[in-house]
Amino acid sequence: MQFYSLPNLIRRGLRGHRDWTPAWRKAQLRPSYDVIIVGAGGHGLATAYYLAKLHGVTNVAVLERGWLGGGNIGRNTAIVRSNYLWDASAHIYEFSLKLWESLSQELNYNVMFSQRGLLNIAHSEQELHDLARRVGANRLNGIDAELLSTEEISKRVPVLNTSPDTRYPVLGGTLQRRGGVARHDAVAWGYARAADALGVDIVENCEVTGIRTANGRVTALETTRGEIRAGTVGLVVAGNATVLASMAGIRLPILSHPLQALVTEPLKPVFDPVVMSAAVHVYVHQTDRGELVLGAGIDAPVSYDLNGNFRIIEHVLAAVCELFPIFSRVRMLRQWAGTVDVCPDASPIISGTPIKGLFMNCGWGTGGFKATPGSGWVFAHTLAHQEPHPLNEPFSLDRFTSGALIDEHGAAAVAH
Amino acid sequence: MSQPFRLDHGGRVDRDTPLQFTFDGRPIDAFRGDTVASALLANGVTLVGRSFKYHRPRGIVSAGAEDPNAFVQLGHGARTLPNRLATVTAATPGLKVRHVNAWPTLEYDVMSAFGLVAPFIPAGFYYKTLMWPRRLWPLYEHFLRHAAGLGHAPDAPDPDRYDHVHAHCDVLVVGAGPAGLAAARAAARAGARVILADEQAEAGGSLLSTHERVDGLPAPRWADATTTELAATRGVTVLPNTTAFGLYESNLVLLAERLITDQPDSAGSENGARVWRVLPKQIVLATGAHERPLLFANNDRPGVMLAGAISTYVNRYAVAPGSRAVLFTNNDAAYRTALDLTDAGVPVAAIADVRSDPAGDLSSEVRAQGIAVHAGAVVRHAQGGRRVAAVELCSLDGAPLGAVECDLLGVSGGFAPALHLHAQARGPSEWDPTLAAFVPRGANGIHPAGAVAGQLGLADALRQGTQAGSTAAAAAGCSNGSDLEVPRANESTQAFIQPYWLPPGGLARAKPQFVDLHEDVTLDDLRLSLREGFESIEHVKRYTTLGMGPDQGKLANPLATGVIAELLGRDPASVGTPRHRPAYSPVSLGAIAGRHIGPLADPVRVTPMQDWHEAAGARFENVGQWRRAWYYPQPGESMHEAVARECLAVRHRVGILDYSTLGKIEITGPDAGEFLDRVYTNAWKRLRPGRCRYGLMLGEDGMIFDDGVTARLDDQRYLMFTSTSNAAPVLASLEQWLQTEWPDLRVYLTSVSEHWSNIALAGPRSRDVLAAAGTDIPLDRRDFPFMTFRQGHVAGVQARVFRISFSGELSYEINVPADCARHVWEALVDAGRPFGITPYGTETMHVLRAEKGFIIVGQETDGSVTPDDVGLGRLLSRRKDFLGKRSLSRPDSVRPDRKQLVGLLTDDPNQILPEGGHVVDSPGPRRPLPMRGHVTSSYFSPVLGRSIALAMVTGGRAALGERLYVATLHDNRWLPARSCHPVFYDPEGARQHV
Amino acid sequence: MLLIPCPWCGPREDDEFTFGGEADFPRPAEPEALTDEQWADYLFMRDNRRGRHREQWCHTAGCRRWFIVERDTVTNEILGAGTYGGSP
Repeated sequence: MQFYSLPNLIRRGLRGHRDWTPAWRKAQLRPSYDVIIVGAGGHGLATAYYLAKLHGVTNVAVLERGWLGGGNIGRNTAIVRSNYLWDASAHIYEFSLKLWESLSQELNYNVMFSQRGLLNIAHSEQELHDLARRVGANRLNGIDAELLSTEEISKRVPVLNTSPDTRYPVLGGTLQRRGGVARHDAVAWGYARAADALGVDIVENCEVTGIRTANGRVTALETTRGEIRAGTVGLVVAGNATVLASMAGIRLPILSHPLQALVTEPLKPVFDPVVMSAAVHVYVHQTDRGELVLGAGIDAPVSYDLNGNFRIIEHVLAAVCELFPIFSRVRMLRQWAGTVDVCPDASPIISGTPIKGLFMNCGWGTGGFKATPGSGWVFAHTLAHQEPHPLNEPFSLDRFTSGALIDEHGAAAVAH
Repeated sequence: MSQPFRLDHGGRVDRDTPLQFTFDGRPIDAFRGDTVASALLANGVTLVGRSFKYHRPRGIVSAGAEDPNAFVQLGHGARTLPNRLATVTAATPGLKVRHVNAWPTLEYDVMSAFGLVAPFIPAGFYYKTLMWPRRLWPLYEHFLRHAAGLGHAPDAPDPDRYDHVHAHCDVLVVGAGPAGLAAARAAARAGARVILADEQAEAGGSLLSTHERVDGLPAPRWADATTTELAATRGVTVLPNTTAFGLYESNLVLLAERLITDQPDSAGSENGARVWRVLPKQIVLATGAHERPLLFANNDRPGVMLAGAISTYVNRYAVAPGSRAVLFTNNDAAYRTALDLTDAGVPVAAIADVRSDPAGDLSSEVRAQGIAVHAGAVVRHAQGGRRVAAVELCSLDGAPLGAVECDLLGVSGGFAPALHLHAQARGPSEWDPTLAAFVPRGANGIHPAGAVAGQLGLADALRQGTQAGSTAAAAAGCSNGSDLEVPRANESTQAFIQPYWLPPGGLARAKPQFVDLHEDVTLDDLRLSLREGFESIEHVKRYTTLGMGPDQGKLANPLATGVIAELLGRDPASVGTPRHRPAYSPVSLGAIAGRHIGPLADPVRVTPMQDWHEAAGARFENVGQWRRAWYYPQPGESMHEAVARECLAVRHRVGILDYSTLGKIEITGPDAGEFLDRVYTNAWKRLRPGRCRYGLMLGEDGMIFDDGVTARLDDQRYLMFTSTSNAAPVLASLEQWLQTEWPDLRVYLTSVSEHWSNIALAGPRSRDVLAAAGTDIPLDRRDFPFMTFRQGHVAGVQARVFRISFSGELSYEINVPADCARHVWEALVDAGRPFGITPYGTETMHVLRAEKGFIIVGQETDGSVTPDDVGLGRLLSRRKDFLGKRSLSRPDSVRPDRKQLVGLLTDDPNQILPEGGHVVDSPGPRRPLPMRGHVTSSYFSPVLGRSIALAMVTGGRAALGERLYVATLHDNRWLPARSCHPVFYDPEGARQHV
Repeated sequence: MLLIPCPWCGPREDDEFTFGGEADFPRPAEPEALTDEQWADYLFMRDNRRGRHREQWCHTAGCRRWFIVERDTVTNEILGAGTYGGSP
C-alpha cells in the first residue's frame, strides 16, 4: 500500500502524480473463499478490514453489485454521534465513535472526521423531558452529553431563530461535543484500500443472485459472475436486506423506505455544529466546502425508488426556513435519496440466522453511517468466531421473538 | 466608462432606457434588456470571478444558466442573493453586484497563492494528508473551511414571501426556443390547455440570437409574434423567467418562476418566486442543448467563451465580447459565430477546426470573408493572464502552427442535449455517435423535441416541435382536426461533428486543462482519478468533485464523459454520466417552503377558551399542534408559586381546567361493545349505559399505546376519550382494524374532538360550583356517583357531564358543544367565585395526577412499557383476547427484572429530582455505570409539602423502600431517595368518591 | 409524488392518504395458540417486496376508507386498486 502523507504527495507531485497506484486492486474472483461479504459499502468493507486485521482472516471477498460505496455510504448526511438512549445502542455507537476518533490514522486515509459538536434542539416540554432522560443515560454510560439552555444554544448557533414567538420555539437542547461529521465516501474508500492491502478481494459489478445451502449450512453464492463457494457469508446490503435474505428463505422484520437529503449552494461559513430537531425532522450542517447539508424525514410508503417524494422536501425546507430564517434565500442545489432498511425498534440486526454460516448486518435505518467502524468491528468478530461480540449480542434476530426490543425511535432523529 | 464594446446597432436591448449598476463598487452603464454579463462585457469587464479551488481569474463563458464562472453576489443585508449567475441576472438600475470568493479584491486575490501549490494539491489531496498530528485537524479544517464557500448568506430574515401554484394542463412545454414555441403553438391550435415555461426573461431561446428567418420574418420577430399569439390564446399560460427544475414520478413537474418587480433595488428586480407544481397529461421537452467546451492549456482564461454565447452577445445584446477573435471548433456552429462577429465588425483572426475537411456552405461563406481557416488544427494553449492575449495553434499531431493574437477565443466542441429533467425521471437515453452525446428517447408521455432531441438545425427543430406538440395534444385527448402547420425556415444540414475529447499526444500533457471550470477539475485530475482506480463515473465525480458546483456540471459532465471514455479506451455509452438530480438550476429554500412558514408552518390548534386564557395571563405550552394553558401566574408570581397555588386550590377548594384537547371518538353500532372488547384490555360489553370505565389500549406488541375513559352513552353508543396527542393515531388505528380486519363488525367511528369542548371542575367544592352555575342534572352522590355520566344542561347549555377524575378529587368533566363552551366556562367561573374557583393549567394537572400515581402515556411510558410494568396488570382480561395480549406472554414480557413504576421520595423533602435523571444502586465514578431506571415525573407536591417523583425501576415493585440514588443532569451529584408505592396522596381513593 | 387511485373518490395526490403497510397479513384467529415464533412472524416479519407489492392505504383527507393498492416498489408504478368489500 502506498503510504499517504504530505512528503509523499509533494514527492509524487513533482513527478506529476504519475506513479500513484490504484487505491484498491480490481481483484480476480476466485472460486472459493473462507468468508464472503456481500455489499461493498461502509459496513461491509469495514467488516472485511477488521476480519483481516484483527482476526487474520484474509481469504475474503467483498462482492458489490454496482460500484463500491454506491449505496447508503455515499448517500447519507455524514453525521456521527453516539448519544443513544438504551445501553445496548449507547455502547455500540460509543465504541464506534471512539474508533472514528483515530480512523484517519488507522486507515492512513483522511476521512475528515470533524468533531464540530452536535446539537439536538427541543421545541416542547415533552421533548425537553425526553432529551433530559437521554442525557442522563448518556452521562452514566460514559458518553459526553450536556443539556443546554436556549441562550447557550443561541450563542453556539447565532443564525438559529431562538426567539420565543416562532412556531417551533427552541426551549433547550443537548450537545454532544464529540459528535460531528465525516467525509462519507472517504470512509468507504479508506476501508477498501486498507482491506485490499491486507489481501481482501474486492469485486465490483458482481451481483448475488442466489444463496446455496446444504444441511442447514451455507455453501456458496450464485452470482452474475458464476458460483463462489464459502462456508461463511455476511450479508451487509442496506436497502436490499430483505431481498438477499429471502434468497435463503429468511424473513426479516424490515421495511425499506426512501430517505431524502439535499445540499445547497456553497456559502462562506455561517455555523459550526450539526443541528438536529426531531420534532420537525430537520438535521443540518455546513460542509467544509460551504454547502448546507439537510436531511429530511423518510417517505411513509415502502419503496426502493431513489427519487423520494418532493412533498417531504417542502416540509423540511419549511421547517428549516422557520428555524434558520436567513437560509430562505439560499438555494437548493441537489436533492437525492437512499433506501433505508428500518426495523420495528429502529435498531439494527447484527446476527446469525437460522442458516449456519449465514450472518446478517442490516436494519440500521437512518443510523448506519455513524456506526460504520463499530459495526464492522463486531461483525468481523461475529464472522470470525461464528458467535456475536458482546456489543452486538443484544442486536440479534431473536429479539423479535423474545420481545427484547431496543426501541430507539426517540434517538433516531427522524420519525419512522 | 461608456460601453466601449457596445455595438452601435442591432440587438434587443432598449437603447432608449439606459441604466447604471455597480460591480464591486464600479459604475457600469447598461441598457434595459441587458443581463449583468452582457453589460459587463459591453464595458470591457472580463474578469468576473475566481475559481473555487485555485482562485484563478475567470470570465464569462456562456450566456445562460450553464455558466461555471459568473457567480456573483447581488445586493446586501437581508435581501442579498448569494451565488447568482451574471449571465441570467437582468441588469437593473441601482443593482449592486459584488464578486464572491476572492480577498481582498478580485484583481489581487491572496488566495490565488493556491495556484502556486496546485501541483501538490491535486484532486483528493486532502484524503492523503492533513492527518498528522491528529489534534491539528480542527486547525487544518478551519483553514479549508474559510478558503471554501462562495457567497455570503443574508444577515437577516428573508423579507420576501413565496407562493405555490398547483396547476394541471394537457401539455406542458418546457423551453420556448424554436421547438418549444412550435410545439406550444401546435398543441394550442389543437385545443389543448398548454403551459409554456422558459427560464429566460423572454421567450425565443436561440431564435433571439440568430439572423435566420422563420415564416419570412426575422427569427426574433417570429418568436415575439408567436409568443403574443400564444399568450392571447385561451387556455395557454406563458411563463417567462420560469425554470423547470424537477421532474418527478407521475410526471409531476416543478417550475420555479422568478417574480420580477419594476421597482428593483440593490439586489435587482427578482422579487420572490413562485413554485408551480404542474401535473400535465403530456410533456414536450424542448430544453435545447449546451455547447461543449474544448480542452487545451489554460482553457479557463477570461476571454475564452462558448462560440454560441459569443453569437448571443453579438446578436441579442449588441455587445462585442472582444476586439479580435479566434475560434476553435470541431463542428459547423463556430462558423456562424465567425460570420456574426464579422458582421459586427469584430475581426476574426483565425478558425482552428479539428476536422481535416470542413466543407459546406458555412465554411465557404467564412472563407469568402477572408477568414483564415486552419483545418486539422487545434488550439494548444491560451496565452495571457487575466485575459487571453494570444492562442498557440498546432496541427493534430502537435506541429506548431504559430501563435495568433486575440482577446477572444470562441470554442465549440459540439452540443450536449439538456436532458437533465428527462434523466431525473430516469427517462431512457442513448449515445448518439453523430452528435457524440446522449440523446433522450421519448417515454411515459414525455416528448423531446428540437436540440434536446438532437435536431440542431432550425428547420428541423421547428418541424419536430410542431410534431411533438401535436402528438402530445392528441395523447392528452385534444384533437380538433386542425392541420399541422410547420413554421418554415431555411433547411440546413445537420452539423457534422468530429469528436475531440483529448488533445492528441504531447498536447494532452500540457496543463492545466480544465474539464470542470467551477470545481477546478483538470484533465490531470481525471487521469489521477482513473489511475487510482476511481473509474466509475460516480467515483470520478466523488473523488474529483467533478460537476458538484452550483452549475451542476452542465458544461463539465458531457465533456467528462468523452474524456474518460477516451482515457479508458471505452465506449462513451458505457461510461455514462453522473446521475442527474434535481434541481436543474438551484431554487431558493424559501420558494420551496412557500407559505408553510411562520404561523402556517404547522397549524396551531386552540380551544374556544383561548382568548379567556390569554386575558387571564396564562402561559402556554405546545402539546403536539395544541397550544395549552400551562399555568396562570398572578403578577409577581413565579411558575413554582403559581403551580403551588393552583394545586392547593384544587385540593382544598375547586379548580377549573380547560381539557378540550382530549381526543373524543364516538363509537356506535350494534357491535360497538364487541369492538371495544377487542381493542381494550378490559371487558366492556357488560358496562351499563350511563357508566364510565378506564381503558388501556395496547399495540399488538403488547406495549401501552393509549389510555383513557370511555363512557357508554346508550345501548349502541360509546364515547371514548383518548390522550391529547394520540387522538389522530388512535382513530386511524381503530379505523384500520375495523375496516381491514373486522369489516363484519357493525361499528362506526366518528371523531368528535372538535365538536365537544371539555371543562373539568375539580376539588371538594366542584359540586357546589356546578349547582350554582345552574344544572338540571341531580348532583347528589347517590344519583350521580363516581364513574358515571349524565346528560342535561349546564348554564343553559346541553351538556354531557362525566364524574371522572384525573386529580383524585371530586370532579366533573363537562362536555358542551364547542360553540357554547366559552359561555359555559365563564358561567362556571362566575358561579365558582364565591367558592374560590381557580383556573389551573397543564402543569398543575400533572402534579395532581402524579400525587395520585396516575400515568401519562408518553411520560411514564415510552413504547416499551406493558400494563403490568405500570401496575395496571389488573386491567388485563383473562377471559377474552385483545390487541397485544399474545405479546404479553413472550419471554421478555414476563422477565422479573422489567422496569416497574415506583414512587421515589428524596431524603431531603425539598429536593426535586430531575426528570430524566437515572436511578442507580450505588453511585460512583465508574462508566458505564449500571442503571436501574429513570425518573419519569418529578414535582414538588404542595399538599404534601415535599417533593415526589415517579420512576421506572428494574424489579422496583418487589423492593419498595430500597435505597436508590438519582444522578443530576448538569453536575455530577447524586441525590439519595427511597422507593415507595407510587400513590402519594389519598391512597384509598376516598376523595373522588365523596 | 404518487397519484393514488382511491376506488371511492378517484385519483388523488398521495398527500391525502395514509400508508398502512403490507396487505394480506390477517390477524391470527387464535393468537394464544401460536408459538412465540409464529406470533413474531405475524407481528414483525414482512415480505418488503422489491417489485409488485399489495398494500393498504387510507384516504385520510377524503372518504377515510381503507383500501388495497398494488404498486411496484421499484418504479412506484401503480398497478391496481381494490376495496375491502363493497363497490364504489
